[in-house]
Formats: sequence, structure tokens, C-alpha cells
Amino acid sequence: MPVKLEAQRIRLEYHQPRTGARFLALDGVDLAIMDGEFVSIVGPSGCGKTTFLNVVDGLLPASSGRILLDGKVVTEPGRDRAMVFQDASLLPWRTVLGNVLYGLECQRTRAHSARERAQYFIEMVGLRGFEHHYPHELSGGMQQRVNLARALVMDPQILLMDEPFAALDAQTREVMQEELLEIWRAAKKTVLFITHQINEAIYLSDRVIVFTARPGRVKQSVAIDIERPRKLALKRDPRFLQIEDFVWNLIEDEVKKTMLADRTSRGSAAAGPADSGV
Amino acid sequence: MTEHERAFIGTGSVLVFLLVWEAVTLSRLVDPLFLSSPTLIARAGYELFAEGTIWKDLRVSGTEFVIGYLLAAGVAIPLGLAVGWYRRLYFCLSPFIDVLNAVPRVALLPIIIIWFGIGVWSKVVVVFLGAVIPMLLNTLSGVKTTEERFLKVARSFGASELKIFWSIVVPGTVPFIFTGLKYATGRALLGVVVGELYAATAGIGYLIAVAGATFQTDKVFVGILIITTTGILVVELLNRLERRFEEWRPKVGSAT
Repeated sequence: MPVKLEAQRIRLEYHQPRTGARFLALDGVDLAIMDGEFVSIVGPSGCGKTTFLNVVDGLLPASSGRILLDGKVVTEPGRDRAMVFQDASLLPWRTVLGNVLYGLECQRTRAHSARERAQYFIEMVGLRGFEHHYPHELSGGMQQRVNLARALVMDPQILLMDEPFAALDAQTREVMQEELLEIWRAAKKTVLFITHQINEAIYLSDRVIVFTARPGRVKQSVAIDIERPRKLALKRDPRFLQIEDFVWNLIEDEVKKTMLADRTSRGSAAAGPADSGV
Repeated sequence: MTEHERAFIGTGSVLVFLLVWEAVTLSRLVDPLFLSSPTLIARAGYELFAEGTIWKDLRVSGTEFVIGYLLAAGVAIPLGLAVGWYRRLYFCLSPFIDVLNAVPRVALLPIIIIWFGIGVWSKVVVVFLGAVIPMLLNTLSGVKTTEERFLKVARSFGASELKIFWSIVVPGTVPFIFTGLKYATGRALLGVVVGELYAATAGIGYLIAVAGATFQTDKVFVGILIITTTGILVVELLNRLERRFEEWRPKVGSAT
């Protein structure tokens, strides 16, 4: 399998104009994702995983290092990558169809074929019949499906998913995880998935990348050798629980480090931006 | 149920108010010349319309209001969008906007009369100056409060600046524009009345001024009633227009 996405020594330093403080969010992230692979990044909150995703999407420029997609350097957002945002961020004044068409409009795709493609992906995420509903008329789970369709319709080389199920209730979340795997299988996309839920990452992924506490770096890459298709019951399988335990131990160290660092630096102005804030 | 209740109680309280007013005048507790009464006002209104001179006043004031108001909207909405979007334009124009906002427009009346005379155009200018500020400031703050997460979505999809402006900034600003338009309605009507009270040869404000100076309280109230009704109608019209623009918005407070 060829490498789809490669991150080389990504370093990101922030300058906070309000406090004048500088701090390091990412410190040399090295990562390679294979074509068609489903990779998740987990890590303690504030470790810079969302920041890293924004760098991959081209929304944030790295201070040094580079992102390669199919061997080409990435510097700004492009249609080869599509982001599924944390809160659905659907435009409230557009219908489901209008939201799914939005990315295509931004890329000036011909209106005729765009509609058909939008319809195709709306059906793929199971929202047939809701084309003309407004976001506020949909449940949280349905909104995230629109969010997913909006990204899939771009036919990107890689899907970037930023804690897309974080705001959903536990049951909806589980259902959405299973559905995401179905869609992933049908759409054959490479996925980079950010989450803070360890069992979500393991259940979905071929590989789970554990980030260190801030500044974020790759601590360890854990291959999930569990056959697919996976059912939700897998989460109670001993093999699954064993991996979960292993990953949790990796993160626990980092969480403790973060808490220690917070305690010693309390009172100093160098508070970093929230994990999701950038 | 609550809707009926509201209409019933609302109408009832207004009726009681009018009856008490009428009773106070009829019982001669207060001189009718001083307080007038609902029936006296109704008769004065009937006579004014029957004589026909009021049509000219309505036409003059209406012209002042419509031209001044539309001119203000035509200037304030595009300008507010532009000033909100382009930081340098904002830096350039904000001193003027601040001054115009702070100055009591009434104080400018003598100068406006000198420049534009006592005819329709001086009042158009007063109406314009009164209406343009709330429209401009509201549009401006609408642009400024564009949600960061929507901008991020647009940038992530590689939207051009123009596309971002029309697909994210403008739709998000629409409710603010309507707030500005509604608020400006009162200011514009104030402009009509104050302008005409100060110097005019016709108009509803002029009618109020003349009637007041000759102790025709009934006529004064007719003038006030006309101005107030106009304000309510214009705001209601804007509410309906807004609802057509805002069908995507969840209905807040209308528990059904």
C-alpha cells in the first residue's frame, strides 16, 4: 500500500498577542498514513490533536516541517482533503441539500452533476427525504450525517474528522460509529480521525496514534489487528479490552504529566488555547 | 388558548382606558380643551379627512419619510457590510460614524434648513440622518459577529473571499439588518415630526404644530395617531418580510 499522507517533523509555535506568551503546541509530529487506512489520534486534552488536524487541512500553517499528500506538499486547504467538523457547523440558513452542496459551490463545480452527487451522498448517510429540512429540524446525529455527507461529496483523497461524535449521546454515538465503518467501506477513503474516546478510536481504526501531552508528538502507534467487519459487540471482547487497557496506560502517563505541569505553571500567564479552539 | 387570552385581555384593557378617558372628559373633571377625548379626536379626524387639506400633509410627510428612509437603507446596508468586512475602511470611516452617532441630530436642524430650505428636502435629510445611524451600526455589528466556525468551514472548502462574504457574512447579518431597519423607523418618524415642527409649510408635524399653537388638542391627537399608526404598520411590514427571510430559524418562544 502506498503512503497517502505524510507529516514530517510538524512543529507549531503559537504567539498569543494578548499575553505576549509563546508556547509550543506541536513539537515534531512524524506520521505516515497508508492509502485506505483508518487512523485515529488520541491523546490527553490540550495535546494539540485538533491543531494537528488543522495543519493537515491547511487552515493553520506549521512553523516548520511539512505535510505531503500523495507526495505533494500541502500549504492551504484544497479539495483533496475534506474536514468533518466537531460541532456540525452546518450553515443554519441552508437546507440539508444546500449544506451538502456548499463545498462543491466553493469549488465551482457544475451545478447539474453537483446535485446528483449531493443526492447520492445524502442517501448514503441515510437522510433520504430530509433534503429540504433545515439543520435545526434535525437531531444531533442527523446533523453529523449531513456534516459527513458534506465532506464525502467532495470526493477527497483523505477525510479529516475532528471528534465528530463528541457532542452526541452515548447510544447515538455507538450507532454512528458502526455506520461510519459501513460508509468508510463503501466510499473507500483514507481517514484521519481525532477523538478523546479510546474505545471509539480502537473500534474504528486500523491504527491508533497516541499523542504525548503538550507539546504534542507521536508517543506510540498501536496497530489494531482485529478483523473487519466489526460489530459493536466487539467492544466487550477480551482482545478489545486488552488493547484498550494498553492504550489507556499510555495516555494515563501523559494525562498525569499534563496535570503536574498545570499545577506548577498555575499563575503564570502561559495558558495555551483550548484543544478545540484553533 | 393563550393567544386568544392575549387578544381578549389586550383589547379589553385598551377599551377600558378609552372609556375612562371619555368619562373623565364628559364629567368635566378635566377641561376637554386640555385633555380632549376619544370621540372628540374621532370627530376631528373625520373633519380633517372630509375637508381634504390633510391629504396634502400626508403626501408631504409621506414623501419625506419614504425618500429619507429608503435613501438611508440604500446607503447604510451596503456601507455597513463593506465597513464591517474591510478593516481599513472601518478605520477610515469610524471617526465619522462615531461623530454622527453622538451628535444630537436636532442640533443640526438650523444648518440643514439653511442648506436645503424649509421644503421637503430639508426633512428628507433629517429623516436620512436619523435613520442611517441605527441601520449602519446594526449592519456593522452583524458582520462583526459572523461566527468563526462558519468562516472555518468556508476556508476549509477553499471558498474565495467573495464567496465567503455572500454565503457566510451576508446571511448571518440579515437579522441585524432587520433590527436596524425597525429601530430606524422610529428615528425616521421622529425626524419628520421634529423637522416639520421646526420649519415647514405642510406635513403632519406641521399640522401638529399649528393645532398645538391654536389649542386644538383634538387635532394634535389626530396627528400623533397618524404618526404612531404609520410606525406600527411599517414595523409590522418589516416583521413579515423578515419572516420570509428567516424561515430557517428555529422559532423561539412560540411554544406550540
